[in-house]
Amino acid sequence: MASGIKDRVAILGMGCARFGERWDVDGETLMVEAYTEALEDAGIDTSSIEAAWLAVGMDAFNIGPSAIPASVALRLDNIPVTKVENYCASGTEAFRGAVYAVASGAADIALAIGVEKLKDTGYGGLPVRSRGTMFDMIGVVGSAPGSFAQLAGAYQARHGIPPQDLKRAMAHVSVKSHANGAKNPKAHLRKPIDMDTVINAPMVAEPLGLFDCCGVSDGAACAIVTTPEIARALGKKDLVTIKALQLAVSNGWELQGAGWDGSYVHTTRIAAERAYREAGITDPRSQLSLMEVHDCFSITELVTMEDLGISPVGGAARDVLDGFYDADGTLPCQIDGGLKCFGHPIGASGLRMIYENYLQMQGRAGERQRRQQPVFGLSHNLGGMPNQNVCAIAIVGLEGA
Amino acid sequence: MTGIVAFGAYIPRARLQRAAVVEANAWYNPALRSHAKGEKAISNWDEDVVTMAVEAARDCLADRDRSDIRDIFLASTTLPFSERQNSVIVKEALNIADEVGTLDVCGSQRAGIAALIQAMAAAPETGHNLCVASEKLNTRPGSEGELLRGDAAAAFLVGRHDVIARKVATFRISADFVDHFRESGSAFDYDWETRWVRDEGYAALAGAAIEGVLERGGCRPEEVDKFILAAPIRGVAASVAKQGGINAAAVVDDLGQSVGIAGTAHPLLMLAHCLQSAAPGARILVLGFGSGCDAILLERTDLEIAHPAPFGVGGWLARRRAEPNYLRYLSLAGHVEIDRGMRAEFDQKQPLTALWRHRKTVLGLVGGRCTRTGTVQFPRTDISVAPNGHFVGTQEDYPFAERTARILTFTSDRLTYTPDPPAYYGMIEFVEGGRMNAEFCDVEPEDVAVGREMRMMFRIKSIDEQRGFRRYFWKAAPTATTTKGSSDGQRN
Repeated sequence: MASGIKDRVAILGMGCARFGERWDVDGETLMVEAYTEALEDAGIDTSSIEAAWLAVGMDAFNIGPSAIPASVALRLDNIPVTKVENYCASGTEAFRGAVYAVASGAADIALAIGVEKLKDTGYGGLPVRSRGTMFDMIGVVGSAPGSFAQLAGAYQARHGIPPQDLKRAMAHVSVKSHANGAKNPKAHLRKPIDMDTVINAPMVAEPLGLFDCCGVSDGAACAIVTTPEIARALGKKDLVTIKALQLAVSNGWELQGAGWDGSYVHTTRIAAERAYREAGITDPRSQLSLMEVHDCFSITELVTMEDLGISPVGGAARDVLDGFYDADGTLPCQIDGGLKCFGHPIGASGLRMIYENYLQMQGRAGERQRRQQPVFGLSHNLGGMPNQNVCAIAIVGLEGA
Repeated sequence: MTGIVAFGAYIPRARLQRAAVVEANAWYNPALRSHAKGEKAISNWDEDVVTMAVEAARDCLADRDRSDIRDIFLASTTLPFSERQNSVIVKEALNIADEVGTLDVCGSQRAGIAALIQAMAAAPETGHNLCVASEKLNTRPGSEGELLRGDAAAAFLVGRHDVIARKVATFRISADFVDHFRESGSAFDYDWETRWVRDEGYAALAGAAIEGVLERGGCRPEEVDKFILAAPIRGVAASVAKQGGINAAAVVDDLGQSVGIAGTAHPLLMLAHCLQSAAPGARILVLGFGSGCDAILLERTDLEIAHPAPFGVGGWLARRRAEPNYLRYLSLAGHVEIDRGMRAEFDQKQPLTALWRHRKTVLGLVGGRCTRTGTVQFPRTDISVAPNGHFVGTQEDYPFAERTARILTFTSDRLTYTPDPPAYYGMIEFVEGGRMNAEFCDVEPEDVAVGREMRMMFRIKSIDEQRGFRRYFWKAAPTATTTKGSSDGQRN
């Protein structure tokens, strides 16, 4: 049986562009911004990179199709470059491609880069687009908040939690992420907010108000990975290695089958179980040091705390309100501000999460640095809608942990 | 014996308050104040003649087997498609097999009654014909027509056996009497002077039709128990009846105060309403006026109504939401171009190839049932969704349209584009199995909750304004026939 990816690949360098409304630059420049930082961090030059994976979620609205835009923008040496798209999980998918290339021995050093230029549409929120011929005939063309908002009503119905209590817990999720984002110079939204602001914000999709929704941002992030041996040969110490990389994709059961009640994300539970097994983690609540999850909306983060097995099912609201997930809590979630405030340039998001865990492991997170040395950092990327989606989980950690 | 076997109707839920229309337009035409009372039924942006016809047909057919329908007639002067047969869309939505005749009947206000007469004339020895009339007339803002006209549909199943109303006689007059006209492609009617229409049109032509049909039917005017004449001119039905020797008490309420006059569908709507309470032996005279005048004399038999319409005119009238917002009506009817935002720019081009491949799924809401495991699902797929057996190619058709569902998840979305925000949608689960993500229609904030019972309705999904095409699909509406808003003006 396959033994998994644990400790077979190390992060050699990472980079991340400043996220936000980057009216000043194209997607290509955002890629260059992230890439030059990663190259410098890795201490190599372009000629050492043997293969690359590019993630972009909505290429039609920004850099266009194929992997060519990355190859051209970064002037890669005519190496194999593959473009991946898997909804909002695309960033982690690019990372997975690069890590697997190194683990397989096909490449010594590989690059994963994710980018999204969303602010060229002329309107707020994600672009409206086709989701396929069949979907356009029988599906619901809702917004992203509309899709995820449905978790809330179903969660309330399942757990009998009063709407105002859930709304308060959701508000705390956002207040916490704003507090964290304020300390992050690369974050899109850097203004702390209070509970009342969240609760009284204009409604976007019942019960999600404006501050229950993450930012739609421009940005790019990238990772250069290699084997632990090569990393050491290049002079790297205290390596951050990949412990687990898992992906779970809906097969239609939630949307077409019977049994799913809409109050949780089925694929997250499956991917989490596989990831913990691959990483050798038996009690995630006590063993994980940091979490970067797909908080596209406050309710998503809340149910994800349960789906990842950190809070008991039906108990996330209590943990959230207790400050368990705050930056100074037991297990910080979104210490960099998360999608909520760091921002959500789709193709870059999965890599941005790994970037933060990597910085924190190395004690390079500046003002927001966790005092306690982190050991395992989990990142969780969710694409699609609660009823049909792609869940990607990456766990990175100190070598040997 | 040929006649009506079953009947049904459809009236849209929103009722525009006439007072709101008058208040907005009286600055220009104070004479409109004489029409300030009552309300009229208005279809939403996602309803048209086809969707209303489907609902009326479902009401008529109730839980009957549809496999013995031979011909489907759809009468209207406001069909959404000039080419792409409208009645065949109705047929697809009703999930009736392809081996059936379909025919659009149009061109005059007489089309509805003409279609009913033809459906009866062509009634098969066994089986039935379905005749539906539906109207959604575009009226010019500030016009008298805007106040008098309403949207509605009615449907009749006709045949030679088990009739609840038998055809006694028919009489037809065809004459190019142009009381109003609408050139192909034009938005609005052009009306001639009411007094001339009343005297030379209704009095003369309808009078002759009454005389003709009663003579053929061997019926004296005073023996007519119910007299149905739909006219968008006040008092005409009563004066025509009087002139023809018909008792004033026989003149049937034209629903003008609650629905408005629904064009060519209106006499059929009134007939469906009348049949709900007509006593055995009652003689019902129905006129269809326009480019002449058609008349049909019916007699209610003593047969009980075997499959009563789930709603009927009365049920639809009670399922009501008062609409006091004239500007909202103008926007949804397309008379005012409000700022819809960039999200409305999304290209709705329909690949016609895919629509053809999936017409049962899309238009008929037909899903699949795995013949090995019994698992039902929507849509039907090559490999079953059943976790206990992903069998390949084992599915048979499984229709969902007439099945009750319950809300599993929901939201009201103010970000996504819809002409009538917010967009309500969520996942629904059918009581007998199967689930889908569905848009909700005819819904109020208090109607959406986990577990709430829903009924599927055939609606417009989106409109491709660039190419003039419209997608149809099914939406979920609350089953409860709630009444929203003040009933002031409904029947006063």
